[in-house]
Amino acid sequence: MSISTKPSAPTLELSHIAKTFGSVVALTDGTLALHPGSIHALVGENGAGKSTLVKIIAGLYQRDGGDFTLEGTTVDFTSTAQSKSAGIAVIYQEPTLFPDLSVTENIFMGRQPVKSLGRIDRKRMHTEALGLFERLGVRIDPDRPTQGLSIADQQIIEIAKAISLDAKVLVMDEPTAALSGVEVERLFAVARSLRDEGRALLFISHRFEEVFELCDTVTIMRDGAYIATSPIAETTVDEIVRQMVGRDVAELFPKIDAPIGDEVLVVSGLTEPGEFHDISFSVRSGEIVALAGLVGAGRSEIARAIFGVDPYKAGTVTINGVRVPKRNPAAAMNLGLALVPEDRRRQGLVLESSVGKNATLAIRSALAKFGFITSAVENASARTWAQKLEVKTSALDTEVGTLSGGNQQKVVLAKWLATNPSLLIVDEPTRGIDVGTKAEVHRLLSELAVEGLAIIMISSELPEVLGMADRVLVVHEGRITAEIDRADATAESVMFAATHAEVAS
Amino acid sequence: MTGTTAARTYRDYSQPLWRRLLISREAAVIGALALVIIVSMISVRAFAQPITITYLFLDIAPILLIALPMTLVIITGEIDLSVASIVGLSSVTVGVLHQNGVPIPAAALVALLVGLIAGAINGALITMVGLPSLAVTIGTLALYRGLAVGLLGTTAVTEFNKFWTDLAKSKIGETAIPSVVILIVVLALVFGILLHFTTFGRGIFAIGLSPEAARFSGVNVERTKFILFMLSGIVSALAGIYYTLRFGSARGDNATGLELSVIAAVLLGGVSIFGGRGALPGVLAGALLIGTLASALRLANVTSDVINVITGTLLIASVVGTSFLAWVRNKRARPGGTKGSSPTATG
Repeated sequence: MSISTKPSAPTLELSHIAKTFGSVVALTDGTLALHPGSIHALVGENGAGKSTLVKIIAGLYQRDGGDFTLEGTTVDFTSTAQSKSAGIAVIYQEPTLFPDLSVTENIFMGRQPVKSLGRIDRKRMHTEALGLFERLGVRIDPDRPTQGLSIADQQIIEIAKAISLDAKVLVMDEPTAALSGVEVERLFAVARSLRDEGRALLFISHRFEEVFELCDTVTIMRDGAYIATSPIAETTVDEIVRQMVGRDVAELFPKIDAPIGDEVLVVSGLTEPGEFHDISFSVRSGEIVALAGLVGAGRSEIARAIFGVDPYKAGTVTINGVRVPKRNPAAAMNLGLALVPEDRRRQGLVLESSVGKNATLAIRSALAKFGFITSAVENASARTWAQKLEVKTSALDTEVGTLSGGNQQKVVLAKWLATNPSLLIVDEPTRGIDVGTKAEVHRLLSELAVEGLAIIMISSELPEVLGMADRVLVVHEGRITAEIDRADATAESVMFAATHAEVAS
Repeated sequence: MTGTTAARTYRDYSQPLWRRLLISREAAVIGALALVIIVSMISVRAFAQPITITYLFLDIAPILLIALPMTLVIITGEIDLSVASIVGLSSVTVGVLHQNGVPIPAAALVALLVGLIAGAINGALITMVGLPSLAVTIGTLALYRGLAVGLLGTTAVTEFNKFWTDLAKSKIGETAIPSVVILIVVLALVFGILLHFTTFGRGIFAIGLSPEAARFSGVNVERTKFILFMLSGIVSALAGIYYTLRFGSARGDNATGLELSVIAAVLLGGVSIFGGRGALPGVLAGALLIGTLASALRLANVTSDVINVITGTLLIASVVGTSFLAWVRNKRARPGGTKGSSPTATG
């Protein structure tokens, strides 16, 4: 195998890796070559096999076939400890640090430098940690506990840990999914400096602008198989998308004009000190209203308060003219509210439960007769909705946690659409979802609006906001600072309002 | 794998029934129970007699009863350690009231009410104050036991109307099966249906696996737990009434340590201590397994401390067994497994 045109030998090379789980084929031909001093992008739809490939690199899974070489020698990792000691570091989307230990203690966990009598050399640890952060060009207090640090800082700590272990290969699995713009830039700066030190980096992301900004090579996977590798300079977004989905994606945001009807939801003066203040707006049937703003501006908190999961101190929520009680999600559901929450894995789904049970959890009362319910009734309903949303699974008793992100999101949507809501709140509906499914979700939301559903969409992706929304409400530090009509909404106007307290109009 | 326009089809289950049964925890416990019964009948001479069944059920009736609500409590990820103390408190309540001339049915009703209140106190501290159930019920374990012993001191009330004590020990018609089994079967059906065939039960499982996702799906987590702790209290009080009448003795230290036998039976029956997994038939089999084994060993003149060692070993083995089964299941059906199992159901 020699895909490479570069003079250097690849640091890590995977060729024709196969992996099956029982009767499920996850990988048929995983092929990838990482070169020193290069940042390599791995892209593909959810379920294309990227995560499985990463887990094989990390030693979490063992391959069933194919070759895996590290600096020319074949390796067979049976644990993550082995891959770590061989010089492979994997940074996950959500780092796993010990929250109560200090930054330094986390970096040196399990291999603290010692003085005589086995006493831990705190001074040396401290100095080394400072040195690491200096090399990375970031400022993090090495003595503070990691609890309360942003996800971005936690990732930097993971990277510092990797460098202190002198990792030759650094795999970053969707590291930017939960980061703000500034944090992404800092992460990229760190990644570039690591590249310049001659390490091999693998970057997995669904955001093409990031891939094009950061990476020099891209490998595309589809349906568990290698499709192509090309230098970034010689390809385009359209080309990559075509290779990823195996077809042309006609339009990313197929927004259909929906007839706007009566007011469905009226929120007035909603206030929770420290979270959001005096939030007032309304949503009409057929309308998609986007809540835009920076991460942490309070958008999700507002959504959760409206749905009744979180408390609020003042204000009212009315749906179809009926007051929605505070802190009572069950009552809100009965009145026709539905919330597809931000954190799919923790709030949206019972991951260890089945597709069938998850898809019917929100409508269990409606399916039941006198409170009694059976799996047969649940499966019948789940089957209908799984078919409508084309959830990719063969059986309804499949654990939801084993599905890809996009399919998990389809199950969450099925769960809430089954409640036949009059207002649907979707919080980051396409986060971490591949291009194909993303377009499906957008088409679905658009169709639902045409059918008369009122929709609130919270999104941090500007193209999504601009493409889908009839009206954009910009939230800045817990207040609505601007209301922009579809016609006037531009990337500039929304971003300006999101970063400034007052909008001169 | 690429999208076709034809509607997808979904099977109800990814594996055939026999295979799901084979790797289910309930099947393993029921199998073990059958094995213990067969081996005992062959090797322990006194075992294969009707009287064995009579005493087996009379002895383990309190465990079987309390294991029912305990199963639901543990599936939500909580635990109730105060059950045996509620048994004691209920026993003393019946005793003291009866001593003061209150007829048994009325005294029993008051005892049930006491159990309900005891459970409600547990539930309130856990769901309204937000304390962990382990801490709360360790506290009320001591508190309720202290109240029970304090009310009667070291004395016992033993003068009960023979009608009631005979009723507790009576058998169904001409059979060797005690009447209390009817109570157990009825309550087992009630709790089994509640757990497996109601929306309330669906909420219990969801809470155990992910309280946050349950809350986001409109499950009232606090109310569900509160109700379960009240059920636990009232069934424990019921077991206390039975215990008192069966032995004709109301004492403050009745059923001390019973909570551990109950929890052992529940865990042996395949309920996950981490919540979210388990089934009532398995728990019934687990309780019967512990009871049968103990009674067979006792008939074989094995001392009670040795029986404890064997029961304890069994419990640990069963937990290890669960991990093993989970591993097998992983290997067959889910990511995380290693190579092996050839694809069986393709096309």
